[in-house]
Amino acid sequence: MTWGLESASVRFGQTTALQDVTVATEPSTVTVVVGGDGAGKSTCLRALVGLVALSAGEARRPPKREIGYVPAVGGLYPDLTVDENLAFSGGAYGRKGAGSYATSSAILERIGLADARSLLGGQLSGGMQRKLALAMALLHEPALLVLDEPTTGIDPVSRFEMWRMISRSAAGGAAVIVSTTYVDEAQRASSVLLLEQGRAIAMGSPFSIIEAIPGKLGVVSSPAQPAGLSWRWGKSWRLWAPSGALPDGVEPLRPGFEDAVVIASMAGQQEVQLDAGTR
Amino acid sequence: MWAMIVKEFRQLRRDRRTLAMMIVLPVLLLVIFGYAARFNISRISTVVVGPQAEQVAAHLHLPFQVVEIDPDAGSSVAALRLRDGKAVVAVVTGSSPIQFLMDGTQLFAVQTAESALGHMVQTAKANGIRVPPIAVRILYNPRLITSWVLVPGLCGLILVFIGTLITSLGVVRERQAGTLEQLAVTPLRPWDVIAGKIAPYLLVAAVDLVVIVGVGIILFHVPFIGSVATFGLGAALFLLVTLGMGILVSTVSQNQGQAIQLAFMVMLPQILLSGLIFPVSSMAVGVRWIAYVLPLTYFIDISRGVMLKDTPIGALWQPLLWLSVLAVVVLGSAILRFRRDLAPSARVGKAPAATAEQVAA
Repeated sequence: MTWGLESASVRFGQTTALQDVTVATEPSTVTVVVGGDGAGKSTCLRALVGLVALSAGEARRPPKREIGYVPAVGGLYPDLTVDENLAFSGGAYGRKGAGSYATSSAILERIGLADARSLLGGQLSGGMQRKLALAMALLHEPALLVLDEPTTGIDPVSRFEMWRMISRSAAGGAAVIVSTTYVDEAQRASSVLLLEQGRAIAMGSPFSIIEAIPGKLGVVSSPAQPAGLSWRWGKSWRLWAPSGALPDGVEPLRPGFEDAVVIASMAGQQEVQLDAGTR
Repeated sequence: MWAMIVKEFRQLRRDRRTLAMMIVLPVLLLVIFGYAARFNISRISTVVVGPQAEQVAAHLHLPFQVVEIDPDAGSSVAALRLRDGKAVVAVVTGSSPIQFLMDGTQLFAVQTAESALGHMVQTAKANGIRVPPIAVRILYNPRLITSWVLVPGLCGLILVFIGTLITSLGVVRERQAGTLEQLAVTPLRPWDVIAGKIAPYLLVAAVDLVVIVGVGIILFHVPFIGSVATFGLGAALFLLVTLGMGILVSTVSQNQGQAIQLAFMVMLPQILLSGLIFPVSSMAVGVRWIAYVLPLTYFIDISRGVMLKDTPIGALWQPLLWLSVLAVVVLGSAILRFRRDLAPSARVGKAPAATAEQVAA
């Protein structure tokens, strides 16, 4: 079964938060929604789980008992212990008793919180809190796991552990959709949705997004003209030629995924400007 | 320092509710309480019974406001009128001395009645009019002990405190932590969440009520002579209203500070206008209606009636009915608003998402 949004739009009053976005995720796959702040990532995921009403389009999701959702902020009770948080989450999904306790013990063991069972949620570090929120969402073994920026603001080791849990859940058969601001995380996904100003500027596997970028990429030693089509990369600069014609003497370069994201964003902005110009 | 002052004013300007509390509320409170805060009673509802009821009633004048004259009734009917709250003073004629029965749960009214009676007798004697012997008997609170009257009302006030303030904080805490949003995604139905949220507070408040009444009885020797069941019914209805107010406050508050502010705005009028301190009957007509939309006004009628006077449930049908109406209206609108928070995608009519979900399910 495929879950996701089909040509979905969300409006908050006069503001369009999401415009004609399509995203899908299947069992045993991880889909990543990438975008900057305010790109519409949270709205996209909130619309998918039913927290935001669509003004157009369609959302396909399983029944609530088969959804696991971690919001961008919180997701746990700071005044309950780790154990109590898990017990509540299990109870809300009808998982009680020894079976639920054994599952939560196994999850806590995996995420390294086994020794913190009696600590209050609020006493945990930021990374541990996000891990606990993820554990609460995983406890009922959801068919669709929706994670809103689960790794934002946590240290690289915790990020690595979180991704191990996410991958494990997908390997167990869950359809996982994760939003992030970190481009490197998107490369772990089987498919990626790139969002900017509420619009999808690229969708597909990381490889297909790289393949689909228009024009050519080159390396230069100083910022090249026209402005806005080059960006610093280490000691050198990357230059994107939308027409495919790189200036003389510029060395062509095979783009990586991060280059593809930057170029897709530039192309998206040009499209927005063109749209605005024709209106 | 200037930068700090400018920043503070900017923040204050954005926090409309605090600004309203600082400017509008004091003026409003001054006007309302100026009219409401009166201990002097201008009208005391009075029934006159017995063979000379007509003649005696003709001699009574304000503050005694005769509401019933029944020459066929005797002292037992007169006492019933006081018990059921139909009158504060009952005059029993037909024997010597003429008995003035007074409802001791109405402290200020009784004090006013006693002094007015003394004044009437003195004036009559000064004018050479023969005054028949008069005996005053104060029922239900013969020594006019203040704590006997205050404790039943304070029970209600404490329930308002728990029901409104503590409940609203509990719900807002959930919203602030971002867990309310997560609850909307769980299979828990909105009703499960609301009932699960209210039930613990209802239980705590019920235990608290028992403790308060117990302390009142033990420490202040406040009598509890009426039906526990009637008291319980009134308290349960009253609690539902206050819990509803708590949830309503929480649905329009984004953080605990706002909830506390708003809860106090709801609680303050109840403290001052419900008859807890100032008698409702002495309030100016323009503000008296406020007392009649406050649940505490009705709960005080019930708690004082049951605890001090053994007023039966039949005589308390009016406050019980009004509490029921308030419970339905307040709790009903609170649940509707809270439901909206918990089922956001149901807000936009027939959302395409809902249709797709049904197909998927």
